[in-house]
Amino acid sequence: MLKRRIIPVELLAGDRLVKTLRFGAWRDVGDPVKSSQVYSDQDADELVILDIDRGARGPARLEAWLAEIAKTCFVPIAAGGGIETVEDARRLLAAGADKVVVNSRAYRDHELLRGIAGTFGEQALVVSIDVSRERDPGTLALFSECGRRREVVDLAGHVAAVTRAGAGEILLNSIDRDGTMQGYDLELLEHARKVCKRPLIVCGGAGHYLHLEEAFARGADAVACGSLFNFGDNNPLRVKSFLKGRDIALKRT
Amino acid sequence: MSRIGIVDTGICNLGSLVGALESLGFDPEPVRDPAAIEECDRLLLPGVGAFAHGMSGIEEAGLVEAIRRGATAGKPLLGICLGMQFLFERGEEGAVRDGLGLLPGRVRRMREAAALPLPHVGWNDLLHVRPHPLLEGIKPGVDFYFTHSFCADADPGVIVAEAAYGERFAAIVASHNVVGVQFHPEKSQRNGLRLLENFCYWDGPC
Repeated sequence: MLKRRIIPVELLAGDRLVKTLRFGAWRDVGDPVKSSQVYSDQDADELVILDIDRGARGPARLEAWLAEIAKTCFVPIAAGGGIETVEDARRLLAAGADKVVVNSRAYRDHELLRGIAGTFGEQALVVSIDVSRERDPGTLALFSECGRRREVVDLAGHVAAVTRAGAGEILLNSIDRDGTMQGYDLELLEHARKVCKRPLIVCGGAGHYLHLEEAFARGADAVACGSLFNFGDNNPLRVKSFLKGRDIALKRT
Repeated sequence: MSRIGIVDTGICNLGSLVGALESLGFDPEPVRDPAAIEECDRLLLPGVGAFAHGMSGIEEAGLVEAIRRGATAGKPLLGICLGMQFLFERGEEGAVRDGLGLLPGRVRRMREAAALPLPHVGWNDLLHVRPHPLLEGIKPGVDFYFTHSFCADADPGVIVAEAAYGERFAAIVASHNVVGVQFHPEKSQRNGLRLLENFCYWDGPC
């Protein structure tokens, strides 16, 4: 039986990891290599590593970090930030990523998605989608460029388009809940679940183990967590211990 | 210590596999040409991507015969994920295309259902079909990391373990010195590392 996944998120900025609040207010949360090794040892099911530093676009620095991380981290890694070509994707995969994450380019460059999926398989392509309902009240608005650029396409249309172009998984991120630790946007998740036929990773707002259970109950295949594991004495092992006996299929080691 | 070669197919997660083997104390070398493959005592064949595209890469590098010769000579050979699929006679991803033909069977798209979207991605447990040195020290029921949409319709005689996702499919296959795993041992933490270690100490059945 396929298990639900618990995925720590690492946001890379320069040579450090940061944690954001609604995509701003960066706080330093440690070293990428050490942090990845600890998550691997603490039974994380996968890692998402995103370079969010707008200063140095292009995957060269992320590639270098992945090569270091791969020496001591033995869980699957989805990595992204600034991927613009199939060659960018190839470099990240060769360095130690198992999948690449594309966000901004997914709105305008379906040829890139088809190229990545055609070369490396759909399972190697995660499309991440940043959503806000508060920046433009009454709507569910999609944003690219780390939350700076409002897109006109709606969620259902975008999910359908990127799925056709080869997205193997969708990483759904709530900008409004990011870093708030108030729980996932469950309404958003339910809506996305209806329109998304691919495995769905939900992200943004986890602050308590119960939030993870809520998301699994609404059909998330995987839950991604940032603040939960950074601020407080929490780790994937403890989550799993807490969720034991709650009828959620989790990895056995 | 025997020389361990990792066949660099150009589209694989080489870094992860090297890192995993080095953490176990081995010193694997990426091999990219037939002469280098000849010099190795055991081979790992990783792969990420589409079957047809991947086989083209192996052919263009002129590695098909070298890998076959190694296998025929009795060198332990481990195919991982797409690398396992290459071991079979034929693949149907992209275009219908011949594989290495070292194991009987063909590679086809998995059956998709509404509640079971493809790709099959995540941690899934193995159903051990028969004992094998690769599984030594690995408890039945522990999970390994899978990420794929295609699977091998393998001859039942070569199936060592299966996994279930809508249907049961081959997760570990073996025939003599040739073995293959559909999952990623290099990404499967403790149990994956144990499996890799088992392979590196395995001489192939006598």
